[in-house]
Amino acid sequence: MENRVTNILLVGVGGQGIILASEIMTDVFMEAGFDVKKSEVHGMAQRGGSVSTHVRFGSKVFSPLIKEGEADIFLAFEELEAIRYISYLSPQPAILLNEQRLNPPSVSLGKEDYPEKISEVLLRRARVFKKVPGRELALRAGDARAVNIVLLGTLSSILPIPEKLWTENILHRFPPKAGRINLEAFRLGRSA
Amino acid sequence: MTDRRAILSGNEAIARGAYESGVRVATAYPGTPSTEILESLCGYEGLHAEWAPNEKVALETGMGAAFGGVRTLVVMKHVGVNVAADPLFTLSYTGLRGGLVLVTADDPEMHSSQNEQDNRHYAKFAKVPMLEPSDSQEAKDLTKISFEISEKFDTPVMLRTTTRVSHSKSIVHLAEPSEPPMRSKLVKDPMKFVMLPANARKRHPVVEKRMEEVASFAETFPENRLEWGERKIGIITSGISYEYAKEVMPEASYLKLGMVYPLPKGMIRSFAPQVEKLFVVEELDPFIEEQVRAMGIEVSGKDVFPLCGELNPTLVERGLKGLPPLPRGEVFQNLPARPPIMCPGCPHRGIFSILSKMKLFVTGDIGCYTLGFLPPLSAIDTCVCMGASIGHAMGLDKALGEEALGKVVAIIGDSTFLHSGIPSLLNVVYNKGMVTLIILDNRTTAMTGRQDHPGTGFTLKGEETFQVDLPKLARALGVKHVKVVNPYQLAATERVIQREIQRREPSVIISRAPCILSRREKIGFGEPLFISPEACAGCRVCLGLGCPAIEWVKEDGVSMQGKKRKGRASIETFLCNGCTLCAQVCKFRAIKTPDGK
Repeated sequence: MENRVTNILLVGVGGQGIILASEIMTDVFMEAGFDVKKSEVHGMAQRGGSVSTHVRFGSKVFSPLIKEGEADIFLAFEELEAIRYISYLSPQPAILLNEQRLNPPSVSLGKEDYPEKISEVLLRRARVFKKVPGRELALRAGDARAVNIVLLGTLSSILPIPEKLWTENILHRFPPKAGRINLEAFRLGRSA
Repeated sequence: MTDRRAILSGNEAIARGAYESGVRVATAYPGTPSTEILESLCGYEGLHAEWAPNEKVALETGMGAAFGGVRTLVVMKHVGVNVAADPLFTLSYTGLRGGLVLVTADDPEMHSSQNEQDNRHYAKFAKVPMLEPSDSQEAKDLTKISFEISEKFDTPVMLRTTTRVSHSKSIVHLAEPSEPPMRSKLVKDPMKFVMLPANARKRHPVVEKRMEEVASFAETFPENRLEWGERKIGIITSGISYEYAKEVMPEASYLKLGMVYPLPKGMIRSFAPQVEKLFVVEELDPFIEEQVRAMGIEVSGKDVFPLCGELNPTLVERGLKGLPPLPRGEVFQNLPARPPIMCPGCPHRGIFSILSKMKLFVTGDIGCYTLGFLPPLSAIDTCVCMGASIGHAMGLDKALGEEALGKVVAIIGDSTFLHSGIPSLLNVVYNKGMVTLIILDNRTTAMTGRQDHPGTGFTLKGEETFQVDLPKLARALGVKHVKVVNPYQLAATERVIQREIQRREPSVIISRAPCILSRREKIGFGEPLFISPEACAGCRVCLGLGCPAIEWVKEDGVSMQGKKRKGRASIETFLCNGCTLCAQVCKFRAIKTPDGK
């Protein structure tokens, strides 16, 4: 059997809930019977720095890091961070972009400009392109912080993994009330 | 019994391995990327885990526990081993009674460190075996094996991880804890544990003989394994580099080393001639490569792989296949960087805005406050290692005397001060230094994720304990001038700093306010502030605080006072903690609370 590994790259800013999203993902892939590895660098991440997390699943995974040019699925929580990691994209990637801009310090200080036309560039590169109004959907679900679960929902819609594995993991992870909100966030993201 | 599996980080897997090995005592000082090992281990029953004030204390405590016959885990980041090196080199001579494993978590690429030293050299230097896992399953397995080797050969064993192994997650098969051989007992053995010259001279040959025995053990050690594939390329590798190489060249032949010191030279001698081209794939220094070359074997390594920074599958593939570096042809060049930054409401911000305004030469230290280096605060002038700020200020004082008086200040965090700042402050008093030290007392070890220390009043397990009194401690060391300030009161704090730096005697200013992320102590700030778009003069002084909640809005216009402006400042309500620093620096009273104050 060919060892086909799927590479998912999550990028964004420290504090956006990327680590939790990747934790749920790896659990679900293991439950679905795959080998899975993920890599992230934390330590300074909670101080608002740039964050990238690599998740890889398949029958056997060696490297926890994705090779440049081989990310099959790109889950970008923030627009500037999306283009920072563009060299990781495979030739025909699926790109899921959260509509959110968080200004880095140099932009807040008015010393540099936030890059323009990010969606257009990503759209040209993508086989599948979805732009997700994460914050809006999270608010609709009942909690602005649930953006990460919204995006997880969108990711689930392009992966051949039973929905039940995702929803059970989410319900298991949160207390009942937060569980219901996050489940709704997941569903909104899944149908986005 | 069913197979129990979990997705664990390398660090969690080391903790699990220690638990399954029946570890009884574990000690560490927090440091990225090692911190989660003890945090995870303290969740298991039947063992004592503690934060030590520094790595030297951690290892000495660990030695005592191992002398008492129990299995002991000691954990630190790579530079922490420098601090613990003194006991380490002689622990190699004494050996122990219970197994002792010293985890060194190295940080190639310096994700959160001041250097990227390759601690494999410590194994050779201190003459102790070193094992190196390449994923979480191996991290657990090799931890357990390390204890067995430690007891079998009467030696401490170093277990080396790197950031990628410590912070990557993969599937681990869990087992139940085993009861280690019961040795816990108070046993006198002065010939072994008292390293006077006469005894140490007898122990040194024992160490040399032991390392020869470990080297022959390495030849049949199952974690040093041959994986035969095509014979065109043979790869000697270990740790995370093994995973990268397998990823990009699964068809090659491998000698995968679970033990990186001492090397199985017989295995290497037999492997090398059976492949057409031999590579060593390793991060940082040519540690294995040089030893292979010294055996007279031709090998490729640092001629094709970088010496600096982390490897990754791309770099390993380029090196193995002799390809040129990847072209960089993407659309966006020179993107705005996104460095980590002090949180909104951080108590350090006020101090650094004052130091920046006063244009002082600031000798800095290791912690969140090192972020005070970044613009716009740009208020750190030295940063080398834990505790160095005080020595740097002292040296400048002794070198420059009057010229430096009133122009230099040392700055250190509470955890770092207790780690290794105390002897330096003692030295300032003893040798009559004119040094002013600011201790940023945020009651936690913030940078590594808020761990407790002797100044917090709580242990690793969250139990209440004695809380060291920093002003009393400074006075006991002989500092006569000790002031406590509230860093959210800018004017008052600035007056104290102005006065203290002029003194011709040692002085200590303690800036006391809990970390804004503290779960235990919350500062009662008011509502988020807002900036009146009419009143803002566009002077940008508030932006100089480097607060993530304050943004510059470009728009030409005229302020209420009739001043021309190119833009104005604005506050992101959802980020603002209401700390009021920006309102304090605004000369135009444009920044207000929602009730208009």
